[in-house]
Amino acid sequence: MNQSGLEHPKLERQPMEPRALKSIVLSGITIVCAITACIPLFSVLLMLVYRGGKRLSFQLFYTLPPGAFDGPGVGGFGNAIVGTAFMVGIAGLISVPFGILAAIYLAELDPHSKVSEIARFCAKTMTGLPSIIAGVFAYAVVVLVMGHYSAWAGGIALSLLMLPTVMLTAEEAIKMVPNPMREAAYGMGCTPSQSLTKVILPVAMPSIITGVVLAVARAAGETAPLLFTALFSESWLAPNNPTASLAVLIYNWSSSPYQNLIELAWAASLILVVLVFVLNIISRSIGGKTKL
Amino acid sequence: MEALEEVDANEAYENDLPTDIALDCKAERIYYSDFLAVRDSHVPIKKNQITGFIGPSGCGKSTVIKSINRMNDLIRGFRFVGNIHFHGVNIYADNIDPVSVRRNIGMVFQQPNPFSMSIFENVAFGLRLNRYKGNMQEKVEKALRSAALWKEVKDKLKNNGLSLSGGQQQRLCIARAIATEPRVILMDEPCSALDPIATRQIEELMVELKKQFTVAIVTHNMQQAMRVADQTAFFGVDISKGGRTGYLVEMGPTKELFENPQEELTKEYLQGEFS
Repeated sequence: MNQSGLEHPKLERQPMEPRALKSIVLSGITIVCAITACIPLFSVLLMLVYRGGKRLSFQLFYTLPPGAFDGPGVGGFGNAIVGTAFMVGIAGLISVPFGILAAIYLAELDPHSKVSEIARFCAKTMTGLPSIIAGVFAYAVVVLVMGHYSAWAGGIALSLLMLPTVMLTAEEAIKMVPNPMREAAYGMGCTPSQSLTKVILPVAMPSIITGVVLAVARAAGETAPLLFTALFSESWLAPNNPTASLAVLIYNWSSSPYQNLIELAWAASLILVVLVFVLNIISRSIGGKTKL
Repeated sequence: MEALEEVDANEAYENDLPTDIALDCKAERIYYSDFLAVRDSHVPIKKNQITGFIGPSGCGKSTVIKSINRMNDLIRGFRFVGNIHFHGVNIYADNIDPVSVRRNIGMVFQQPNPFSMSIFENVAFGLRLNRYKGNMQEKVEKALRSAALWKEVKDKLKNNGLSLSGGQQQRLCIARAIATEPRVILMDEPCSALDPIATRQIEELMVELKKQFTVAIVTHNMQQAMRVADQTAFFGVDISKGGRTGYLVEMGPTKELFENPQEELTKEYLQGEFS
């Protein structure tokens, strides 16, 4: 018996109380939503493995596309893999140095100047740029001037899409370097460039690389900018000529009437998605190494 | 005020510092944009002594000390009116390179801030900046010994500086600052992030360091000022004009200032009537 004569307070769980029930139901809904968010990726992956997995072989990587009347199971798309790699490489060579140098100016040298404000605003707008516009732009500026479709034009179109991502993530990465590090560098008598190269960039580098890898992953999957610039090709890479890419290959072949090409398009989709998946995992593991 | 008397007594002051003054800081006004942070603070810092800066929060003592090696240049809107004489030049003159100033006036910060590199490289950092060509090993060891850290780290010089404890990190920062043998070392509340044992070690270290260097230290802790400082500058806050402007209330030898303060404000502060 309770000595004070009052009832014992109820401290046990009361799962059937309305309050508890509400909490259980709401938690349940959030869990379901969180799981649902994973469904698209996994169902896409499953379907790609199911439809494209059977054509997966090393042959795909080193053979050229089949002719329309080749038998089933013949041919590959080595040229498209090389083409995608080449164009993304060009895009990276343009956008990475550009983006990082611009980010250094934005984050470190003069963050509040008019130039910085304008550049930052432009970059943010550019991240929302429809990718087909990048293609049309590169078409007008490169293809029309050169007179033919080329891997160069494709690379330039992709670089337009990568640049803002690289620039903004690098700016963010540099800004994230804690101020005491900066003070330490200046306090030791570093010039601004010494503090950048010896202290700030080494600390920011993992995050910068993460941004670059994500930009590469995005560029590798872009189709629209390449339709106007690199077009497609059935032969091996020749940078001055139309160039094959995985994304455009999928677009072209998935609507073809030939079963063989459709199967190859599925296999190409699988490879592309796995590539993006792997790049994301790489970027996560590099990002995790940031040591402050 | 004692500080002013000292100046008045020295007629040749404008051109020549009295020989026992390492650095003469005359902060007439310090602004952050429109905000007047500090006014009328003349702090002569004596050679091979420890000068303590004490006062309530917001009194501008950190602002003043960070002005001495032009760290505040990094803050947007910072403006220094006045002059700081150091080895015959005004370090706020237009032709002065703040980077060279900082190479001669080292600084230790409130939060230990070693670089994310090895202990050895942290100490060698400033030497490399100055393109030191001699025996790096020897110099690093000497700096670590002077910072009373050598025994603890001599077997793990390759470990990251951030792997050390807070007190060790702060002594590493001191080693880093003295490795290049600056004339003056500024310390901005160097012990406020440390436990009492680490604090005691740093204090002993400061007393050791003044044989070779001139030291200026900002501290929140009056006992610390009493323990280590030879000269103490007491700053107050003036809220009369709506803002919060710090200024030097009085300055003198630590013992005199604590035992016989000339100003009412100092007396009240030392008795703990406000903080």
